[in-house]
Amino acid sequence: MESRRNYVIIGGGPAAVSCAEGIRSVDADGGITLISAEARPAYYRPMISYYLEKRSDPERIAYRPESFYAENGVRVVYDRAAAIDPDKKSVALSSGDAVAYDELCVAAGSSPFVPPMEGLENVEKRFGFMTLGDALALEAAINEESRVLIVGAGLIGLKCAEGICERVGSVTVCDLAPRVLSSILDDGAAKLMEETLASHGIKFLLGDTVARFEPNAAHMKSGALVDFDVLVLAVGVRANVSLVRDIGGDVGRGIRVDAAMRTTVPHIYAAGDCAEMADVNGVGRVMAILPNAALGGRCAGVNMAGGESVFDTAAPMNAIGFFGRHALTAGSYEGDVREDSGDGWLRRFYIKDGFLCGFMLIGDENAGAGIGARAYDRAGIYTSLIRNRIPLDTLDFESLLRLPSVGRFSPEYRRLKMAAWKN
Amino acid sequence: MKRVVVNEKWCLGCHLCEYNCAFSNSGERSMVKALKGRDIFPRIRVEDGGNITFAVSCRHCDDPICVKSCISGALSKVDGVVAIDKSKCVGCYTCILVCPYGAITNGPDGAVQKCELCLSTTSGTPACVAGCPNRALTLESE
Repeated sequence: MESRRNYVIIGGGPAAVSCAEGIRSVDADGGITLISAEARPAYYRPMISYYLEKRSDPERIAYRPESFYAENGVRVVYDRAAAIDPDKKSVALSSGDAVAYDELCVAAGSSPFVPPMEGLENVEKRFGFMTLGDALALEAAINEESRVLIVGAGLIGLKCAEGICERVGSVTVCDLAPRVLSSILDDGAAKLMEETLASHGIKFLLGDTVARFEPNAAHMKSGALVDFDVLVLAVGVRANVSLVRDIGGDVGRGIRVDAAMRTTVPHIYAAGDCAEMADVNGVGRVMAILPNAALGGRCAGVNMAGGESVFDTAAPMNAIGFFGRHALTAGSYEGDVREDSGDGWLRRFYIKDGFLCGFMLIGDENAGAGIGARAYDRAGIYTSLIRNRIPLDTLDFESLLRLPSVGRFSPEYRRLKMAAWKN
Repeated sequence: MKRVVVNEKWCLGCHLCEYNCAFSNSGERSMVKALKGRDIFPRIRVEDGGNITFAVSCRHCDDPICVKSCISGALSKVDGVVAIDKSKCVGCYTCILVCPYGAITNGPDGAVQKCELCLSTTSGTPACVAGCPNRALTLESE
């Protein structure tokens, strides 16, 4: 019988925990060591803005119960992985220790990207918004009179704005892009989201960037001057690829993995926000979202332990809402466009080569039971067309465009999906 | 594992399951009080498949993508049932974005809602099944 294997996971978030679960689903006895640079058990990272909004608290957002690690025989080391030695199959830690592995998963996440900005070092109260630690530090720095400047109108910056706007004097958000949420929305869709945020008092400086900081003021490229007490930097994130890049592994924007979550270095896997993989359309991407972390992490774990798992249904997907107005998006925005819109809502579909490629659905739950609130209803039926690459000529797509319904799929697909049905 | 299963041959498309569902989950004692003049939020939905109709509710999947995708930990699988802890749900709608059956919807209180097999309702058994006039809906165990 094979000797007991040693599994090492670098990272402590959902991808890392899901990897441990994947390993345990195959191998009950192997040793699992999880090396986490963030010195707390895994938590639901997107919840940090809801914490600031006082809709959650650090105890509620645990990714797994406190007993998870002990029950699953996962040894947790709160330290930073400094280097991988693929020949000795060992991970060196910042503390000087080393951990030997038979199979390794890098689930090291991403780090905020801060471009060089003149005078930034003179700003005393400046924060990122990636971790619970960031949120707690930001909370300690604000009061009801604080003027907050957020650099970056992406998902992170805007959720931060929503989270603190009732707790501070003012919030201004700037971004070099001419619109909010520029990575997932186009101009028209972004305008709808911006309207809602602006109606709650959040000010925007779009298509503008900070030229120079004074300790409590930002001189913008446009010439505008923004006085602030607290600065939040949410410009963007970069995948933590260096551990694998340094040993010659293939990296792009993330650590490149195949559908089994293997990197190009033997016995090393990667998952979560640091990984780059083909989406359902075969395009290599970093898809830094929770579902992909959970699914990819588990897949890596199963394969590390000698099982067989494939994760080939990754797609960009985002559901983000502010004050009741929601944007649900998926896939990529290529091909022919079908669109329908009205007051405060929008539905846009992208169709290419007979497949649904992507969509943007924006609606407002404050619009009652009307179309505004229904714009994103049952959106997952559309997402399944993208994730499962279902040819549109096998179903009644025209009806489906008007109203998502399992009934518009072919009877064969429907019965397969609803496997328990008897006919 | 349990789930509500429809035999589409017998489904009449009468929508009674939707009303029974909304009533069962309303916490009200009177159906009239629960439903009359109100927007109702059933967790089962009768769909039209052309020449047939059938009711769709949560499949309580073996490997539920809604649970994997939930950003707050509100969705979990407990004893074979995909359950929602409404006190944890922040209404981000990621689950609505990923459920391939459209079986999770926004509810009246900001949190999402889905079929939990009436485990926490007064009836204790799926009201859609109990009230189906043509026995098209059944509760099946695996």
